[in-house]
Amino acid sequence: MIPAADWTLCALADRLATGEVSAVEVTRAYLDRIEALDAAVGAYLTVDAAGALAQAETADRHRGEGPLAGVPIALKDIFLTRGLRTTCASRILEDFVPPYDGTVVRRLREAGAVILGKLNMDEFAMGSSTENSAFRRTGNPWALDRTPGGSSGGSSAAVAARLCAGSLGTDTGGSIRQPAALCGIVGLKPTYGRVSRFGVVAFASSLDQVGPMGRTVRDVGRLLEVVAGHDPYDATSAAVPVPGGLGELPQGADLRGVRLGVPREYFPETGLQPAVERAVRAAIEQLRDLGAEIVDVSLPHTKYAVATYYLVAPAEASSNLARYDGVRYGLRVTADDLQGMYAETRGQGFGAEVKRRILLGTFALSAGYYDAYYRKAGQVRTLIRRDFDDVFERVDAIVTPTSPTTAFKLGERLDDPLQMYLADIFTLSCNLAGLPGLSVPCGFDEADLPIGLQLLGRPFDEAGLLRIGAAYEDATPWKARLPGDPPEVRR
Amino acid sequence: MTTRYEPVIGLEVHCQLLTDEKLFCGCPTRFGADVNAQTCPICLGMPGVLPVLNRQAVDYAVKAGLALGCTVNRRSHFARKHYFYPDLPKGYQITQYEVPVLEHGRLEFDVDGVTMSAGIRRIHMEEDAGKSLHADTGSTLVDLNRAGVPLVEIVGEPDLRSVDQAVAYLKALHAIVRFLGICDGNMEEGSFRCDANVSVRPVGRAELGTRVEIKNMNTFKGIHRALTYEVERQIAVNEDGGTVVQETRLWDDAAGRTRAMRSKEEAHDYRYFPEPDLPPLDVAEAQIAAIRAELPELPRARRQRFERDIGLSAYDAGVLTSERALADYFEAAVAVHPDPKLISNWLTTELLGRLPAERIGVSPIPPASLARLVALIGEGTISGRIAKDVFEAMFAGEGTPDEIVAKRGLVQVSDAASIEAVAREVITKNPSQVEQFRAGKAALKGYFVGQVMKAMSGKANPKLTNEIVDRLLAGEGT
Amino acid sequence: MAARNDFTDPERVAHVAKLARLALTPEEQAVLGRQLADILRAVDELAEVDTSGVEPTAFAGPEGTFRAPGQRVAITNAERLANAPEATAGAFRVPRVL
Repeated sequence: MIPAADWTLCALADRLATGEVSAVEVTRAYLDRIEALDAAVGAYLTVDAAGALAQAETADRHRGEGPLAGVPIALKDIFLTRGLRTTCASRILEDFVPPYDGTVVRRLREAGAVILGKLNMDEFAMGSSTENSAFRRTGNPWALDRTPGGSSGGSSAAVAARLCAGSLGTDTGGSIRQPAALCGIVGLKPTYGRVSRFGVVAFASSLDQVGPMGRTVRDVGRLLEVVAGHDPYDATSAAVPVPGGLGELPQGADLRGVRLGVPREYFPETGLQPAVERAVRAAIEQLRDLGAEIVDVSLPHTKYAVATYYLVAPAEASSNLARYDGVRYGLRVTADDLQGMYAETRGQGFGAEVKRRILLGTFALSAGYYDAYYRKAGQVRTLIRRDFDDVFERVDAIVTPTSPTTAFKLGERLDDPLQMYLADIFTLSCNLAGLPGLSVPCGFDEADLPIGLQLLGRPFDEAGLLRIGAAYEDATPWKARLPGDPPEVRR
Repeated sequence: MTTRYEPVIGLEVHCQLLTDEKLFCGCPTRFGADVNAQTCPICLGMPGVLPVLNRQAVDYAVKAGLALGCTVNRRSHFARKHYFYPDLPKGYQITQYEVPVLEHGRLEFDVDGVTMSAGIRRIHMEEDAGKSLHADTGSTLVDLNRAGVPLVEIVGEPDLRSVDQAVAYLKALHAIVRFLGICDGNMEEGSFRCDANVSVRPVGRAELGTRVEIKNMNTFKGIHRALTYEVERQIAVNEDGGTVVQETRLWDDAAGRTRAMRSKEEAHDYRYFPEPDLPPLDVAEAQIAAIRAELPELPRARRQRFERDIGLSAYDAGVLTSERALADYFEAAVAVHPDPKLISNWLTTELLGRLPAERIGVSPIPPASLARLVALIGEGTISGRIAKDVFEAMFAGEGTPDEIVAKRGLVQVSDAASIEAVAREVITKNPSQVEQFRAGKAALKGYFVGQVMKAMSGKANPKLTNEIVDRLLAGEGT
Repeated sequence: MAARNDFTDPERVAHVAKLARLALTPEEQAVLGRQLADILRAVDELAEVDTSGVEPTAFAGPEGTFRAPGQRVAITNAERLANAPEATAGAFRVPRVL
């Protein structure tokens, strides 16, 4: 068997384009790994072997047509795929088969990508550990008893375990960057409006953004080029041109002339794991060695990001999830009357975290509380955005840790939602401000668990972030380190 | 001493806009399609869908607002209004809340010949819900064809002080939206729906009484009855020493009364918040100017012009301006032949007798033909009686009046000698009738005229025939 | 106005759950109520931020455009109803609306 899984997405795409390998054999290699290893990892909710092989055959007939021709990828189960079950890891959508493809799925197909299947996640993308999935636990390929992060934990685990060549996730408060950091891969949350949300199950509409996850910065760049760009089906998608060449960024570039801000609020005295701080400080020195100018900056409203986020996101979620009522699709629990049907369907169809957020959001929008909670949060959000505007007057990007800790044990924070919410303290502001954010691996802790470095950029400057990320990646050994395969459990 | 009360009424009118597509998706809006045939993932509220705004709907809303003298908010916002109902697919309706697209307008209307006006508080855009059909099997069936059809809600100020004023306001508004071509005004199909806020207070008191919202009124007549009933009910409650309860009441047309809605659900908490999926709605100055330039003359102005400049009666002017197509037809005909009174008569009695006003635009008789018909009467080419036959033939699609007159040989005979020859023959053949006439039975003159007409296939000039018959019966020349 | 943080009151939890159409078991109601009260205590720190004169960020994106005529996601009749728990004669069927 060919070692397809050992190649990065870009390397694989190049080999497929030249005909050195066929899409069918590459797809078979990946399907075989999924079959052998995913019982232990738990990344996939749905594997579409037949569909993937059919797409691979088509790709082989049209070799080289499309930047991802024949490349096997997998999607967080939040992306609607026509004819392929899309659950959002919720009982309420357990049997939902979408009648349409979302825009990014359509663009992936048009680029020739092969879709292996759908990946586990926290239910409706609410969570930071993927433990809120209604269907299965996902383990971190670096330590299977630990979380892969969340909510895109199936995506980060699948990429790290080489169960797909690349993946798409969504990021509402860190759901791409935090799992990328915890699994030692690269994850990009683009600028709000950069990638269409049409056909992506909505969590919090003003915060949600689709982004790529891959083994390298260039893999992520290649995926971004395919999925990004204005979509007439999404009124919030931006008509800003997508730069090219993001999969072929020059090797070994330096960072002379680049000014990087280090915000003091992101290095708190407590709560930041020492190994994480050490690795991030070392990474900052590495960036300085590459020629970047390092500047101390301040984002004074950072401490309010968690509170702001936990009002805005649940409020929007309570609204977006009102459509799951058992009338037109999804679970229905019958009851004596219509109101009973609604309440039982939703009461039984949603898991605890989703219910918690629906209640919180419903409360924050309800009569008498709107001004004190939702409106107030919206105002503080404006102040958080202004902090970034001010800092970006002086620097090109901001460098921080992605997550305050490395991967924690499964089950460890399940009963303490507030503690769980703190996993996202460094990633939330980026969504509140609508900015692009990139997480790249920057080392390991004492237990050999990966650590992520976060780069935040100006609106629509994904290219700038990817250039910095690639320069750092090229200068450090982290991307060469991959977790060993878990034990095979063939059924 | 009895207290006199005055009603205080404000109307909220929902108009379905006649756009080709729905407000936030490209589904068609035609009425009468198969159940759910005009739906797509977006208006079905499927996971992952997003709304994108229909520009035509914005243009129509702005058109209504300009016609009602509203201020256009250059930037307005959409909001979500939440409630659970099977025909509301997303669990929220996209509407406008804090800042609507249009505000601060005024509507003029006439009550018993007196011009009055009432304020328009705001006009906002929103999407319609679907329809729930209550099956008799303990189930409700949901058809979402209407879900997402664009509406404007025109919210009037509580400036109306009688039921007649309320109905006149509503009729004026109805005429305007139809004149603008933005709404078909069909009340029974629900494309023009009216809710009313009604309170009463003793005459002279400044503060308002408790407001009751009345829903489910489907005809102008029903609205008149419902408001009359509700005003009387509230007065009776006050007279009996009771208090009017703030509530929503449904008009039951069959029973002729309003009844309180079952308040099974707790007071609504709609949890409005700004719609994050839609950017603010910006209406450009150029867009406003273009819409303003296209505004037609509105029904009231047109009616006044018909009375003042054309000299029609108030009644005729009212009929002719009840429908834009009718007024357009009338003006097109008058432009061809400037005899407005006769054209008005033919239009209102003959054409409207055969065709409803809203179909006048597709009449088989074009305005120029009706004008020509009237001209032929005026020229004396045909008689009014023959003209009716020609009209029938025109309506049947047989051609222009000239063609029909020529083909059927209907030109009026105005040659006195020919008529007199026939008249003499008639008189000669009816000696006994002549005798009776001369004995004083004057009504028999009509008999002779009729016989002459009959003998001449109706083509004799009526005026001339009358004169000749008069002269001959008077004994001249016998 | 009621106390800001009144998720400690079971009736408030029940009221909000009813608004959101969520049936909760008594245990859920107790646990969720306690957790929500904790969360609200944490978010109450926003009250200390001076936001006078600050417009809320209601929308974090670019200015939008209008839809081009004819832009539609076409689906078949079968697809419209394929996921429906219950359908009759093309319509979605639900327990009778009172």
